[in-house]
Amino acid sequence: MSVLLEATGVAVEYHRQGAAPLRAVDHADLTLARGEILGLVGESGCGKSTLGRAVVGLQRTAAGEIRFDGRPVAPLGLRRRPAGMRGLQMVFQDPYASLNPRRLVGDQVGDGYLLGGTTKAEARRRAGELLERVGLPADAVRRYPHEFSGGQRQRIAIARTLAAEPSCIIADEPISALDASAQASVANLLVELVRELDMGMVFISHDLSVVRQIADRTAVMYLGRVVEVGPTRQVWSEPAHPYTKALISAVPRADGGGVLPVELPGDVPDPSRPPGGCRFHPRCPVALPSCAENDPPLTILRDGRSAACVLAK
Amino acid sequence: MTVGTLLEVEDLTVWLATRNGPRKAVDGLSFRVDAGEVFGIAGESGSGKTMTAMALLGLLPHAARTGGRAVFEGRDLLAMRPRELRDVRGRSIAMVSQDPSTSLHPMLSIETQVTEHMRHHLGIGRSEARGRAVELLSTVRIPDPERALKAHPAQFSGGMRQRIAIAVALACEPRLLLADEPTTALDVTVQAGILRLLDRLRRERDLAVVVITHDLGVMSAVADRICVMYGGRTAEIGPRETVLTHPRHPYTRGLLDALPHPEGGAATLRPIPGSPPSLGGVPEGCPFHPRCAFAVDSCRAERPDPAPVGSGHRVACPPDPLGGTA
Repeated sequence: MSVLLEATGVAVEYHRQGAAPLRAVDHADLTLARGEILGLVGESGCGKSTLGRAVVGLQRTAAGEIRFDGRPVAPLGLRRRPAGMRGLQMVFQDPYASLNPRRLVGDQVGDGYLLGGTTKAEARRRAGELLERVGLPADAVRRYPHEFSGGQRQRIAIARTLAAEPSCIIADEPISALDASAQASVANLLVELVRELDMGMVFISHDLSVVRQIADRTAVMYLGRVVEVGPTRQVWSEPAHPYTKALISAVPRADGGGVLPVELPGDVPDPSRPPGGCRFHPRCPVALPSCAENDPPLTILRDGRSAACVLAK
Repeated sequence: MTVGTLLEVEDLTVWLATRNGPRKAVDGLSFRVDAGEVFGIAGESGSGKTMTAMALLGLLPHAARTGGRAVFEGRDLLAMRPRELRDVRGRSIAMVSQDPSTSLHPMLSIETQVTEHMRHHLGIGRSEARGRAVELLSTVRIPDPERALKAHPAQFSGGMRQRIAIAVALACEPRLLLADEPTTALDVTVQAGILRLLDRLRRERDLAVVVITHDLGVMSAVADRICVMYGGRTAEIGPRETVLTHPRHPYTRGLLDALPHPEGGAATLRPIPGSPPSLGGVPEGCPFHPRCAFAVDSCRAERPDPAPVGSGHRVACPPDPLGGTA
């Protein structure tokens, strides 16, 4: 499979007045192939959204390199993006905030075509086709976002993204703001589109069970780093990093068994003062004395799996 | 009332005022909660689960009306005067809401917020209240409780704030705790800690807990009995294991099928077609019939009431299409 998106050693810093810069992402690596869904999971504050935004160029990086389709991704500025970057698009979490409440749905979806150089009438016609493709009635073109439910709005936002004819989508918690049954259908739609259009997708989510269901590969982040990555099935059945293991055992199962999920003690440390050595060692149930000193890099294990842990085999 | 029953809700109905006149948000709900039990109310947004909790606490929006009875320790909460209800609320019945960053006051110290109820309801002095606050914070596992009392909510993480909100709720040793989506805003790792805390409190303090959530995984972890709500009505009610492993209502089945499969794999998710009804848009007959794969003619005409199908298990689905598989 050809590499579509590649991020190496990416770091993102937030500068704050009167305080040391906060490194939200620190030496994170990601690769994504065409037709592949990569799930990016982790607790809140681990840097998964920041990494997603950096990858599309919405966030300036402090270090590292991001390449899309072989070309470097430059941070979005005031000027129009180079044409080659149109294939890299983002779907946001909240479809109540990402759509303009005062513009017709058809016009908003058609924007992508207009920027691609088509006529207004043509853009509107193709917007109608896209809306039908994402499962909305054709007359949606002439309606406003408030006339739709949350799940339908997220479909509109997805159609708007598709108008740019992307080859790679970064979806940041695209189903978290939706109702349970809408979640499943929007997730299914994204999967279908990726397969049908041979795109790549980074699916950022805190919901591990959804990622488990739809992602081909899963990357787990902790405190700004990718600590484990590999084929979803293997990552779940035999997690190599103790943090991945803790995350998985914390997910409650709806099997009626009355089993309490396992607790991971402690809080995520302050990212402006990460612990020395392995960043997970203060919470790690199997930490060795040496873990307080040595910071393990993400190391390739086998079968496309990598983990950043000295105990991983 | 049977021995051990703490709360008995009978035919609870809540009308909310809308532009088009009053509309039923909760429609004839009946359930009981025993002492020391965790009772779960499950459903999607708009199913009426939060309005049920609000009705019990007398915290419904202005111009809402209620019908039915909710007998708590022998007294009907719905018939109480606001003054009487104020004595119950925060003392015998306490609430934990979804978002600890809005349920705690950002400008008041933790000490003020934890001791406020004790001083009001129990009439104890500042130093005694303070001593009990330290105990409460250590019960909910806040590290260094003495120091935490002087701090403000913003100095704590989301999970720690929810623990503090639980400490506030426990201040007057309530008999019943209403927890409305207590872990929805939290990460799974933090959620696991809060669920374990609720379970421990119920065992150590004989506290009854009503957990309201859309997350059937959370239900499965903590609830003893579950009520599945749809369109303001009970779809199915029964023991946890029965409801989650042998559901008899097509809606419960649909909710379970929509969950990602526990073994993972390439299979797609199976959503329930359509979307839940809005306030005032609940269809005639069974509220679920437009989305139900098993609907027959009678489902469109008659509104079913939950009928017993097994030990403590009641289902509002007369055709009972899942009966054979149970």
